[in-house]
Amino acid sequence: MSAEVRQEPIVKVENLKMYFPLSKGLVSKVYAHVKAVDDVSFEVYEGETFGLVGESGCGKTTTGKCVLRVLKPTQGKILYRGVDIAQMPPKQFQQYRRKLQMIFQDPYGSLDPRESVYTIVKEAVVADRQPHSAAEIRDRVVELIEMVGLSKEMVTRYPHELSGGQRQRLGIARALACNPEFIVCDEPVSALDVSIQAQIINLFESLQQKLGLTYIFVAHDLAVVRHIAKRIGVMYLGHLVEVLDSDDLFHNSRHPYTKALLSAVPTTDYYAEQKRKRILLEGEVPSPINAPSGCPFHPRCRYATEACSQVMPPLKDSGGGHLLACHNPPED
Amino acid sequence: MGEKLLEVKNLKTSFFTVAGEVKAVDGVSFYVDKQEIIAIVGESGCGKSVTQMSMVKLIQSPPGKILGGEVWLDGKNILEYDAKSPQMQAVRGAGISFIFQEPMTALNPVYTVGNQLTEVIRKHKKCSRKEAWELGVQALRDVAIPEPERRMENYPFELSGGMRQRILIAIAVACNSKLIVADEPTTALDVTIQAQVMELLQGIVEEKKTSLIIVTHNLGLVTRHTKRIYVMYAGKIIESGTTEELITRPRHPYTIGLLNSVPKLEEKKGDQLVPIEGAPPSLVHLPDTCTFLPRCPYACDKCRSSPYPALRKTEGEEHYVACHLDLEGRT
Repeated sequence: MSAEVRQEPIVKVENLKMYFPLSKGLVSKVYAHVKAVDDVSFEVYEGETFGLVGESGCGKTTTGKCVLRVLKPTQGKILYRGVDIAQMPPKQFQQYRRKLQMIFQDPYGSLDPRESVYTIVKEAVVADRQPHSAAEIRDRVVELIEMVGLSKEMVTRYPHELSGGQRQRLGIARALACNPEFIVCDEPVSALDVSIQAQIINLFESLQQKLGLTYIFVAHDLAVVRHIAKRIGVMYLGHLVEVLDSDDLFHNSRHPYTKALLSAVPTTDYYAEQKRKRILLEGEVPSPINAPSGCPFHPRCRYATEACSQVMPPLKDSGGGHLLACHNPPED
Repeated sequence: MGEKLLEVKNLKTSFFTVAGEVKAVDGVSFYVDKQEIIAIVGESGCGKSVTQMSMVKLIQSPPGKILGGEVWLDGKNILEYDAKSPQMQAVRGAGISFIFQEPMTALNPVYTVGNQLTEVIRKHKKCSRKEAWELGVQALRDVAIPEPERRMENYPFELSGGMRQRILIAIAVACNSKLIVADEPTTALDVTIQAQVMELLQGIVEEKKTSLIIVTHNLGLVTRHTKRIYVMYAGKIIESGTTEELITRPRHPYTIGLLNSVPKLEEKKGDQLVPIEGAPPSLVHLPDTCTFLPRCPYACDKCRSSPYPALRKTEGEEHYVACHLDLEGRT
């Protein structure tokens, strides 16, 4: 999508902050905050897929949940078609709930084991309050089930009788019941076998084309995100450190963290793999309770300078919509 | 070619269930050289884990039963040992040790890391508690865990996923076993930690002069580190070869499908992933024909009428394939 055809963003996140208080003692005195999401801003345009990547604990899921108001953000704005839903009272928010849906990582945990496929989807269809008669509801359930590539005969089954891929399809059918416009997919394929993973990724793509959906796709595997997303935001310790076009990812990414993530992705290109140098990150992501000062990545960064340990680099446009938060981006 | 450490011949394991006989492992043969890293690749339920468990008779019986085959480890057929015999107990741990997939469930939540680590060491080595503790600290140091003395006192829940996986690797290397079997060692981990764990495993193989079998469903993960790969489907090995052969010139439609399912980092926009349609077959009442037939895009009349294709040698180095067709060069 070039700059001139870009419409208004469907979702615009401005300076989003989500702090979870940590308390102790009888009177629950708050002694620290987990800064899960710290000053994150991005835009998602209609019909596109925005990918959020990062390691566990970087705040990518929390960001997704805040956008859907599953969590009420501590600070910041979430503009859905221009309306700020961040602090909206629940009653007023209800009308938006149906338009904003979520698909979860764990298809085992997110389905009620005691409900049949039919009941699981029916609940969501009834919640939409659109079809009235029992026959209409039944038709809609079957339509949804077939839309995600499950067969009609499966309506009587229970989640434990389905394979991982089929359960994930069921989760998608449920999310589609209310004709949503915007779906946050939280690691929807990371628990699946690679062969099944590809089936589900293709399903996401065909549904997007058919129904004009907009996705935020949260995952830790850059190859998957690069495949499905148009633009990618890389998160580290609650901060967005780079936002770029997925076509640019491989050759034009500039943040040292993005480069390290890229080098860790396993590929099946035998000859390239033999030559490829891996940038192994030392250690793990620091705790978001007392995050390092300055750039959150500096303790693990090979290019860190004095300035990096003191001042948080702002997320700046480095040309063509490529946003970067780094004082000292390495040249290749 | 090196010296063979382990050779599995025609291993067969079935589970006898109400629905019928489940042939989880159906005539599997493979070998591992000394200091070699190989991979066994396949989807969930293809029998790759059961194959590994059968080698050391860790199959619950009933319903499971090892029906036949030989497992030669260092010149001894260990499949002859009784599952509960002292010889088999010695093989587990000192001969072959396992790294399991779920680092949270594989560790006991109510014992400290040190407790679980020294238990294994004291089981296989004659040494005092104090010596075992020191060996444990050393094992943690070997897997690059910072502050190993303090980690010994920790409980599993206090550690991150990557750290727990390292502990399991430490337990596996603490006994200096000849062969390590890593069953999906990185599935639950982030890509960055995955890379760390894989590099760590490779380092251990070089340093401790052990051999390693990696069991996984992701071909991408093993392309970099392994020498040879076996691909399993529905209880049988359907293709094997050196990593270079198998990855660059796959011949079985299933292997080709697995390779096409991995998203590439560099590809033209608009390329669709080519998934393998359908799901793996149920292992009860498998047909006599090729088991991949219902999902195969290249299936022809010959496949439908012929019995299951035997593994045959191709021109490629150590390259065997069980397919009626010659699909070289198709991707």
